[in-house]
Amino acid sequence: MDEIASLLEPQIPALRRYAWALLRDHEAADDLVQDTLERAISRWGQRRHEGDLRAWLFTIERNLFLNGLRQRKARGTQVGEDALNDVQAPGTNPESHLGLRDVLMGLDALSEEQRSLLLLVGVEDLSYEQAAKVLGIPLGTVMSRLSRARARLREFMENGRSTVLRRVK
Amino acid sequence: MTGERPIGEDDLQAYVDGRLASSRREAVKAYLDDHPALADQVKQEIDLREALRARLAFKAAEPVPSRLRVANLVAAQRRPMHRRAAAVAAVVGLLIGGILGAAGGVWWSGASHVAGASVAGNAIAAHRIYVSERLHPVEVPAEQEAHLVQWLSRRVGKPLTAPNLTAQGYRLIGGRLLPDSGEAAALFMYENAGGNRLTLYARSGGAEAQTSFRFESRDDVSAFSWIDNGLSYVVTAKAERAQLLPIAETIYQQFEAPGDPAKGRL
Repeated sequence: MDEIASLLEPQIPALRRYAWALLRDHEAADDLVQDTLERAISRWGQRRHEGDLRAWLFTIERNLFLNGLRQRKARGTQVGEDALNDVQAPGTNPESHLGLRDVLMGLDALSEEQRSLLLLVGVEDLSYEQAAKVLGIPLGTVMSRLSRARARLREFMENGRSTVLRRVK
Repeated sequence: MTGERPIGEDDLQAYVDGRLASSRREAVKAYLDDHPALADQVKQEIDLREALRARLAFKAAEPVPSRLRVANLVAAQRRPMHRRAAAVAAVVGLLIGGILGAAGGVWWSGASHVAGASVAGNAIAAHRIYVSERLHPVEVPAEQEAHLVQWLSRRVGKPLTAPNLTAQGYRLIGGRLLPDSGEAAALFMYENAGGNRLTLYARSGGAEAQTSFRFESRDDVSAFSWIDNGLSYVVTAKAERAQLLPIAETIYQQFEAPGDPAKGRL
């Protein structure tokens, strides 16, 4: 158990950041992180390579996030409205000004896969190989999709949100 | 000047992420110098990458809520599992009892369950005999706990410790060595403020490496038994099932907690 704790706990801040970036809700994000950790603990013995702990954890987290989205969709619940409102809510981050908030708005203009790529590579510093594992796509595909995601984010920021369909996966 | 390979989108992405080896980075820089429109886009993408990192940095810097503490999650995961396992074991026990009754026990040779049950039976018998003992309930008193633990560990053949049950209101009064089917068994005895005594029985063996909790009740005495890491444990007390279960869980968790989980412990 000590081994599990000493390996898992250093990863928790990054897991919380990714979860919040996906969900934009602090409670929901911590629920997702908790589910992720519980899954990791219960499947600890099935973990194959020590070195890929991060990729493994982000894979679990993303899959749980996607499962949650599917379930909410199946129930017909409106997804994302709160998340978007939360982004615009003043005071969530004292340093936020228009430009910084717009980055998150831009993120929401992307598909979930593009968003995850930008977050995992650009923010969580996963290697391209690790990102390929998390998303279950080949390395070459990671590079081209990352390129497209960045181009799309850049275009969104240049042209303003009005021209881009607000898409929430 | 651009090296042997033409600049690709993978180079540009790795450049944005600052992951190019220096020679390749210089090649990309030179290429961008010749393509100012592209250079402007790349600059924007680097800025956006930085903006996103800055915007999200606060979240990773927050203190981690206690509900995400791994130790708490591990403990929480064990508890409901054992409640369920104990409930299932109780039902299975009833079923097996019924079947044994019906079939006269002829076909049943489920060694591990029977062996586990006999360890529990021996533990309960030892509990009955020694708990009521006023003069000599233990061979070695708690004052010599280090010696007691060392001695019993050596005789049982596995490293033991006397679990700390003060949070449950029980303090160690000592322990003794017992014979069990030709093997050595350790008995730790605890007492609460009301003079109620609880025993923890441990011996090596058990066909299975690990089992869930099994509950037994004989007259007014209740016992939870389990096998973990090659040791059979039985905690016995004159208590209701619901009172005894958290104590059994505490003991189980204390054996889990210290050191390398793969190494022997109690």
